[in-house]
Amino acid sequence: MTATVEEPGRRVPGLVPGRDPLRVGRFSGVWRPRTIVVMVATAAVLVVGAALNIGRGEFPIGVGDVLATLFGGGGPAEQFIVLDLRLPRTLTGALVGGALGVSGAILQALARNPLAAPDIIGITMGASAAAVGVIVLGSGAGAFAVIASSVGLPVAALLGGLVTATLIYLLAWRKGVQGFRLVLVGIGMNAILYALVNWLLIAAQVYEAARAQVWLNGSLNARGWEHVVPVGIALAILVPVALVLAHLLGALQYNDDTARSLGVRVDGARTALLAVAVGLAAIATASAGPIAFVALVSPQIAQRIVGSPRPPIGASLLIGATLVVLSDLLARTAFGSAELPVGVVTAVLGAPYLLYLLVRHGREARV
Amino acid sequence: MRSRRVTGLLLLAVLLVVVCLASIAIGAKAIPLDHVWSALFSPTGTEDDVVVRSLRIPRTVLGLLAGAALGLAGALMQGHTRNPLADPGLLGVNAGAAFLVVIGIHVFGISSLTGYVWFAFAGALAASVAVFLLGSTGRAGATPVTLAVAGAAVSALLFGLTSAVILTDVRTLDAYRFWNVGSLAGREPAIAAQVAPFLLVGVLIALATAPALNALSLGDDVAKSLGHSVTRTRVLGVIAITLLAGSATAACGPIAFLGLIVPHVVRSFTGPDHRWLLPASALSGAVLLLTADVVGRVVARPGELQVGIVLALIGAPFFIALVRRKRLAQL
Repeated sequence: MTATVEEPGRRVPGLVPGRDPLRVGRFSGVWRPRTIVVMVATAAVLVVGAALNIGRGEFPIGVGDVLATLFGGGGPAEQFIVLDLRLPRTLTGALVGGALGVSGAILQALARNPLAAPDIIGITMGASAAAVGVIVLGSGAGAFAVIASSVGLPVAALLGGLVTATLIYLLAWRKGVQGFRLVLVGIGMNAILYALVNWLLIAAQVYEAARAQVWLNGSLNARGWEHVVPVGIALAILVPVALVLAHLLGALQYNDDTARSLGVRVDGARTALLAVAVGLAAIATASAGPIAFVALVSPQIAQRIVGSPRPPIGASLLIGATLVVLSDLLARTAFGSAELPVGVVTAVLGAPYLLYLLVRHGREARV
Repeated sequence: MRSRRVTGLLLLAVLLVVVCLASIAIGAKAIPLDHVWSALFSPTGTEDDVVVRSLRIPRTVLGLLAGAALGLAGALMQGHTRNPLADPGLLGVNAGAAFLVVIGIHVFGISSLTGYVWFAFAGALAASVAVFLLGSTGRAGATPVTLAVAGAAVSALLFGLTSAVILTDVRTLDAYRFWNVGSLAGREPAIAAQVAPFLLVGVLIALATAPALNALSLGDDVAKSLGHSVTRTRVLGVIAITLLAGSATAACGPIAFLGLIVPHVVRSFTGPDHRWLLPASALSGAVLLLTADVVGRVVARPGELQVGIVLALIGAPFFIALVRRKRLAQL
């Protein structure tokens, strides 16, 4: 090792063919300018989209004024409208989107399958089944109704998601966790829960079914600071953990023996990563309902723009957040007075973009 | 291996006969087997004969057709995308069918099951053609990954549009939520007759491409070097899947999960050879769908539980138990 390599924070060209290493103290990584450019650009789009979304409403505020107010300027009226009334909605959307993006990125990398996402392995459906149960059965009579209405939708959804995830994990455990088996068990669980939800929808009165349908599409309506705080705390804890654990995903791409010989405790690493992904997905679903497709599409878009070998966590976070905020903006503006649930629009907005990337690159992207 | 396959197929055939008889005998009105027999071969116009000939048999035939189609389509789909998580719906078949059915209800005020059939079928066809074209635009043509991702994206897009319609129109939601669970109940004999020709063509194409699909599972390059045309096999596969899954969905509504689990179950005794896997998947699909239908008639007397719901409730635990086994047959 030459002296230049030891120098902290210094880029050293040429040690890895085609990739420049970056070292800071004991830590080292690969210098990927494209990732950074993508992340900065996405963050810029996110901020502008958020400002546009906050500015919209019965009392329109320009993007410049919104940004000024967010950074401490603006009059008392603007401060009240922006900070107290409108910011929580957009912030919830951004945080939920980010959580789903990271959750999807981890699951797709763990399962080595672009179709893996909390939506299809049952975690989101567990939360949905609990929530729909509360909506449909909560208005009836009997002990369940009392319990259901006192627990409240978000808590029920969170519990539903976590219980489902634990069940899937236990059922998939056979002297260790294997990504493939876990996903298949999750799909089985998803089918059971989906059938339950459908049965509840049929058993329900049509107006309860409609209310449940709104929740099932994911909505950001009437979100206040009390919705922002739990997601915010969860992200503040879990995302750094995910970023720290992310380097393990590289080793877990290989088969278990190779990963072990690279010094990774395979079961421990998988369990920790799964716990992070599940926690993020469950919290996100509890806050905004099962916003469809974000967890599946954000990592795929991120991977294709960044050009990385597996879904990148940081870029997935930003793209998930941006997708949800832009979808909310579209859901509120594009259909006149009718406001659609944001979950309807995420697919309508995200799917064509993913298809465009697919068509343009037109090459096999491996996960 | 060979004896296991033969035994498995024979067992499936026996099971199929048993389930068919059960499906004719069991229902809101239980009919003894000797009456079933006389209704089948020497009808005299008694009440039992009418129930058997005009209700139970059409329903059983529809279940047979749809189950076999979905099982076969699932095996084809997993073979072509080389993805164990793929189900027949992945080509956008269910999403396309659902979208056009909703349009049919919302715009044209269609409200009968026979009316839905053509909307569903057209939607399924259009969606899977779109998925295949989008998935095959790249230099490498339609690869497993691009097909899967394009299918997931198109499905999500169409489900989003479907949700947008049913959220703004409670009347459409009310009709749609019953179509959406998938059921064999209340289907007129005409519906099975409408879709049967498409289904038959689908089965023939599927079985004819089995050897080529075996070659494809070794990878596109190997398949090419073995003298198979990758593009032709894949186009034929997509046509077969669309015909099979599209007609099943058009006739019964979306029945999820069947096409996904059947190939996994069957692979445990046939192994990955598609020449065995495909017929066995068709038989298992029919057995499973009819079993779920019969159970659905029994558990919620005097009403019925829709077959899609029963299928998930009994099929999923079985599937999980299978997945937990020590050796998991990989694709």
